[in-house]
Amino acid sequence: MIAGLTKLERQLSLAVLTVLALCGLAFAAAGRNDPIGTHGFVILLSAVGLMFVVMAGYYAPEPDKERLSRYYDDPTKVGIILAMAWAVFGLFFGVWVAALLAWPDLTFDAAWSSFGRIRPVHTTSVIFGFGGNALIATSLHVLQRTTRARLPDQFSPWFVLLGYNLFCVLAVSGYFMGLTQSKEYAEPEWYADIWLVIVWVVYFLIYIRTLARRKEPHIYVANWYYMAFILVVAILHIVNNLAVPVSFGSAKSYSLFSGVQDAMTQWWYGHNAVAFFLTAGFLGMMYYYLPKRAGRPIFSYRLSIISFWGIVFMYMWAGSHHLHYTALPQWVQTLGMTFSVVLLVPSWASAGNALATLNGAWHKVRDDATLRFMMVAAVFYGLSTFEGSFMAIRAVNSLSHYTDWTVGHVHAGALGWVAMISFGSIYALVPWMWKRERMYSSRLVEVHFWLALSGTVVYVFAMWNSGIIQGLMWRTYNESGTLAYSFIDSLVAMHPYYIARTLGGLLFLLGAMVGCYNIWMTIRQPGTSLAAEGSEVDEPALATSTALQAGE
Amino acid sequence: MPNFHRKLERSAIGFVLAIIVVASIGGFVEIAPLFTIDETVEKAPDMRVYTPLELAGRNIYLREGCYACHSQMIRTLRDEVERYGPYSLAVESQYDHPMLWGSKRTGPDLARVGGKYSDAWQVAHLRNPRDVVPVSVMPAYRWLEDNTLKTEDLGDHLLAMRRVGVPYTQAMIDNAPADAYGQATPDTDRAAGVSERYGEATNIRAFDGDPSRVTEMDALVAYLQILGKLTDVATAPAVAAKE
Repeated sequence: MIAGLTKLERQLSLAVLTVLALCGLAFAAAGRNDPIGTHGFVILLSAVGLMFVVMAGYYAPEPDKERLSRYYDDPTKVGIILAMAWAVFGLFFGVWVAALLAWPDLTFDAAWSSFGRIRPVHTTSVIFGFGGNALIATSLHVLQRTTRARLPDQFSPWFVLLGYNLFCVLAVSGYFMGLTQSKEYAEPEWYADIWLVIVWVVYFLIYIRTLARRKEPHIYVANWYYMAFILVVAILHIVNNLAVPVSFGSAKSYSLFSGVQDAMTQWWYGHNAVAFFLTAGFLGMMYYYLPKRAGRPIFSYRLSIISFWGIVFMYMWAGSHHLHYTALPQWVQTLGMTFSVVLLVPSWASAGNALATLNGAWHKVRDDATLRFMMVAAVFYGLSTFEGSFMAIRAVNSLSHYTDWTVGHVHAGALGWVAMISFGSIYALVPWMWKRERMYSSRLVEVHFWLALSGTVVYVFAMWNSGIIQGLMWRTYNESGTLAYSFIDSLVAMHPYYIARTLGGLLFLLGAMVGCYNIWMTIRQPGTSLAAEGSEVDEPALATSTALQAGE
Repeated sequence: MPNFHRKLERSAIGFVLAIIVVASIGGFVEIAPLFTIDETVEKAPDMRVYTPLELAGRNIYLREGCYACHSQMIRTLRDEVERYGPYSLAVESQYDHPMLWGSKRTGPDLARVGGKYSDAWQVAHLRNPRDVVPVSVMPAYRWLEDNTLKTEDLGDHLLAMRRVGVPYTQAMIDNAPADAYGQATPDTDRAAGVSERYGEATNIRAFDGDPSRVTEMDALVAYLQILGKLTDVATAPAVAAKE
């Protein structure tokens, strides 16, 4: 890891880590009587620990010029491992919180382990821990291959990857201590938010600097999506997290907006976190790994353009469908509903483009579980975007909102689309990255596929049932014109479905664990000298020109 | 179109700018007007702010993630109004930084739960929900009665709230820790200051049943008992219409 850095980059790493350690120390000192002090120590220890790693390798020989004739893939490799680790961690907590709704006493008699605190641990770990690391790892790989340019330097990708994981650790450890802004999917407090902005700017700079040095005249469609993901997530994150901290030594902050303005901003953020974190980034993944694995070119360039700009423009209007029949002005609700329905066009354009790309390669889908992961992901993408547009219709939403149907919808997207496309991409990527001919066991990929698919189906069907029953029970009247069921009646009716969803989640978790084992064994098996990507040349176009590096 | 796009996708900066412009339109059109139009900046003259104790309770509500299962937004639907009370108005959450409208009802809506149950019921329910509702799946919050409430920095909290637009007076900020203590200890001199600064209608009592100390349970129950009670505007629509 350190051997890949130049002398200058090693010095830069030490300087950055020193600044970080001092920040940690300042928080630890200022927040002696506050949970932020604990986080100060977390930052301090992370920085000092990494300083030791850098210093241990400081006098290792510098990498030779020959490295510039190869892509820089070390951060991608670490990113894949981190993504899988977060997946198992986050899915485990998912199963736990699911079980708590069926058996509420299945926990410790302690604050950290109560439902309200570990539920964001689950959501953040799977969305930002697993999803985010998968996005960073794959984006750095795709970026280099599609531009035929090496990453601009060796330091900044590590800064982004490790800095991002520090953010995730601060977020998740904060929830255990009760640190949260109580904004869904934007729970981390102000200092973690500021840190993420810094990391994100460097991430964007990697992208733009690599693109500037590209050897392909056109920017490939996968990069459009990765860029939209980076840019729009930055806009959303900054606006939604505007807040005034109580003091420098306090983790607590008060959001700048209140009431209806805050609600609209939050769901503008929340829905577009789905759009640009959980959709755009993963579409970037799909547009590279699916055609590569299938050995077929993308079906339609025009469809790619339509779906891309449709998604970038229309998603940003759709957030208000989370606020139907609330105190939000009705015209904003109507706008949100309208754009949500029209959004089906670009969404299905993407899903259809992916499936049409497989024409001529369906025999591979049958034989290759990795490609099947991606195919099923595209199908689930199509299904859940249809469901999303449907649920955004005001009359449907009056039934579905506040119920488990929403939870089922989110998981159809998260498990069926996001996780499946990630697993498929990772299974394609691991043998390329570690220069192996194939995964350790294709049977285990098959096992993982069926565990993941059955887990998703069980989960989604359970939540459809419970959500619709719940919604109907709340609005059922008896003959005398009064409400037929008390709230607790509806809760009792949920019990069997809550058990079923726990089981579905458990299957999905088992699948991810099988995947981890398979990836681990692939890395451990002896390497081959074969260029694993077939006959193609897997090296940057820079190889022949004079070396351009750090600082360009 | 493809020809224009072929040109666009040859320029990294151009593409970046195009994404930013195209993505910004929707949010701008939907969010910016909310800060000015009458529907969303309506006035409720009788609206009062949270007392320091209630604000501390609200922060415990945030800390424990209650919003994940309880909404505070009654929609304009007949069954919701009959189940939970008059539908929520925008003005009722104008001092909520952040808002807690929620997105999921694993448990019932809490927008108007204030005063619906006694303090003793709330305490017993938070201690172990299954003692009072046998089939409940809510977590037990036993530690709330053991934890003494942290009051010394409440002045800073009120100040931060004032910075984001909540009309706390200087006297409220200066007396925040004393007021938090006074609201949960009715027979002390500090209790008088609370009703002086926040109004006669303010609940002043030993919410957790123990007047000798102020716990997190006091704060959370004080907050729950004020939900839906900060203004009468929703329950007296005729008055609201005339304003």
